[in-house]
Amino acid sequence: MNKDFKIALQPYRYRILLLFILFFMVIIISFISSYFLTLSNIKNILDQASLYIILSVGMTFVICSGGIDLSIGSVIALTSVISAFAMKADVNVIIAIFIGLVVAMGVGFFNGYMISFFGINPFIVTLSTMSIVRGATVLITNGRPIYGFPKAFTYLGSGTIGFFNCPILIAFFVTLIGVILLGKTRFGNYSIAMGCNEEALRRSGVNTNKYKTLIYILCGLCSGIAGLIISARLNTAEPLAGIGYEMNAIAAVVLGGTDMKGGKGSVIDTFIACLILGVINNGLRILSISSNYQQLLTGIIILVTVALSEYKQRRKIKTG
Amino acid sequence: MNDKTSDSNPFLKVKNITKNFGNIKALKGVSLESYLGEVLAIVGDNGAGKSTLIKIISGVIIQDSGEIWINGEKQQSLNPRTSLSKGISTVYQDLALVDTCDVAYNIFLGREPMKGLFIDKKRIYMESKQLIQNLEIHIPNIKVPVGNLSGGQRQGVAVARAIHQGGKLLIFDEPTAAMGLVESKRVLKLIRKLAEDGYGVIIISHNLQQVFQIAHKVCVMRQGNIVDTVRTDESNMNDVVSMITGAADI
Repeated sequence: MNKDFKIALQPYRYRILLLFILFFMVIIISFISSYFLTLSNIKNILDQASLYIILSVGMTFVICSGGIDLSIGSVIALTSVISAFAMKADVNVIIAIFIGLVVAMGVGFFNGYMISFFGINPFIVTLSTMSIVRGATVLITNGRPIYGFPKAFTYLGSGTIGFFNCPILIAFFVTLIGVILLGKTRFGNYSIAMGCNEEALRRSGVNTNKYKTLIYILCGLCSGIAGLIISARLNTAEPLAGIGYEMNAIAAVVLGGTDMKGGKGSVIDTFIACLILGVINNGLRILSISSNYQQLLTGIIILVTVALSEYKQRRKIKTG
Repeated sequence: MNDKTSDSNPFLKVKNITKNFGNIKALKGVSLESYLGEVLAIVGDNGAGKSTLIKIISGVIIQDSGEIWINGEKQQSLNPRTSLSKGISTVYQDLALVDTCDVAYNIFLGREPMKGLFIDKKRIYMESKQLIQNLEIHIPNIKVPVGNLSGGQRQGVAVARAIHQGGKLLIFDEPTAAMGLVESKRVLKLIRKLAEDGYGVIIISHNLQQVFQIAHKVCVMRQGNIVDTVRTDESNMNDVVSMITGAADI
């Protein structure tokens, strides 16, 4: 009975570790600053984390399947610029959003197609598209930001429904969809299986190329959503938006326990990891510690957490 | 049991199969019959053409000439999928398992039952449990990742999947290679049980002792030809060794 309970608990071990870290930090920071645990600051943390949550959910699928997507930062900028152009041309807001998301998925499709059908390494493909998409975005805007959008669009970034901001609600929704996709559907199951043993999946009669392409389309869609939120929040579509965001998303996914080799991952853990990173950033800002220390500390926390779980894993294998 | 099935039609019949790789004649007109409920071992030295023959039967490569009959039907062109759908299932040496997924998901890989948009987990776990029990494979918990299992248990999972895919004739390529004594004993028991349950089994093996333990017939290949097919109860290991090495010709 006890043993069964231990086995049942095993997949959640890492999640418990993450939650422990989250609570630990919340308690420490709230002791130092009384402002930290106020309703408006919690809202603030969630609002800031929402972008990374959305990006990281898509990235979780990609890394789970043994790939990587470096182009998401550029896709953010492209999506916001494309929908901005559409809105400036007096296209309906809904349609403009739709066009932006289709373009984002198009980049994802291109990534997935090159990776699966041409067999090019994901790092190289997405490194190239990162550069191509960024270059194209800057070219079509002449490097100038586009600003001034209809209210219906800016509502996406700063509007509230009840207590929550729109971005937070969208992030929750994306997480929910991600959890369901990864845990309950063939798509999620094959994403994990692909990362572990693609050949086995292929021999079982699964069209792995199709599913791999779908994974990158999903990741493109997530970055598209993030791009729209950014430009709605700032009321500006900035051709240089989202630079370096791919690294933050990868960091969150890795901190969430997803294996860089693929074959293992959890959307919920990614979500918790995003909250941890959000709390660190917010806490340090409240304590008015320089942002250079923030970066330093973020890196250390990721490294220590992952090293701790790897170490445990290795010891478990050694002792059988 | 064996005698009874031998009277009926063979499940798999290959006739005069040839296959060349460039100048190399891998198979020079091979004929073979396999019956349900019977374990047929294919033995031979390296390069005798065993693996080529198996690959042709499972549809991975296509023969240059010759016929393949499955269940009395002549097959025009086999590929891995059609071969599988006709009931021929290969358990590969590397087993093709997804180590991070659990036992049940591996058995159902690629053919998950759906409940609307979602995978029907309840059915996967229930049916896998049943299948594992029927095959008498000892796996304590089907929710354990396959990577944590022993070699024999992994083989068991691969067999369970092959059967679940609708395999009637199971082909094993060196099933006990790199396995301990106890583990291989378990696998051999499983193979025997498969035959008793009415499945056809073809195994490729270098281990003649094992072959004589579990096979009903031994098919000896040498340099792209089948030297002879003998019944294990009417033959002995020395005869087979001399056929493999070619000493019988001299």
